[in-house]
Amino acid sequence: MTMSEVGTYAAAIFLLIGAAFAVVGAIGLLKLNDPMKRLHAPTKVGTMGIGSLLLGSVVISFVRGGSSIHELLIMAFLFVTAPISANFISKVIIHLRGCDETPELDNEQTWSTLVQREEDLVAQDKTQQS
Amino acid sequence: MMPADDFLTLAVMISFAVVGVSQIMAMIRLVIGPSTGDRILALDTMVVNAIGLIVLLGIWQGTRLYFEVSLIIAMLGFVSTVAYARFVLRGDIIE
Repeated sequence: MTMSEVGTYAAAIFLLIGAAFAVVGAIGLLKLNDPMKRLHAPTKVGTMGIGSLLLGSVVISFVRGGSSIHELLIMAFLFVTAPISANFISKVIIHLRGCDETPELDNEQTWSTLVQREEDLVAQDKTQQS
Repeated sequence: MMPADDFLTLAVMISFAVVGVSQIMAMIRLVIGPSTGDRILALDTMVVNAIGLIVLLGIWQGTRLYFEVSLIIAMLGFVSTVAYARFVLRGDIIE
């Protein structure tokens, strides 16, 4: 097996991994039930998928003799800008009050937020009265 | 084990189909998305998947012409996402 065959196989596997990551991100975007949960899926997994596709493109250009690493520029740009746009989208969700209520927890656990619970207020009243 | 070029062709075809399906899923979320944040997120995902489709097209045709295209789409996608978000947050893009 020559080097170019190994490179072609590696590029094909990179492409398949990238496509799998992209579709996992899209499934998460479609399936999850809360705006903040939906934010997680495409902003991280989708970026990884596109990074893998671009890596496959770099490898195939080396195999074909072009040896261009320009695609790494797109990869760096996407990796820098994806968290910023995710931060902006989460600001939009907070601004539109899409996450005012904490999600439900099982086993009678509670979230450690600053939201006052009713039973806490009742207990506070009791201690103040006594 | 199949020859390397056939395997690459098959992988590119499968990747086209899978990334296209994920593009359609993001489109569905864009249509049904209950809040504005979901729609902005779906548009951002569609831009990122479009970059992936263009890269796959470049591999398929064996050309490097599409590099600039995908770079410019990446930049415009980021700027448009920030512009949408700022429009929702401030009611104005350039103050």
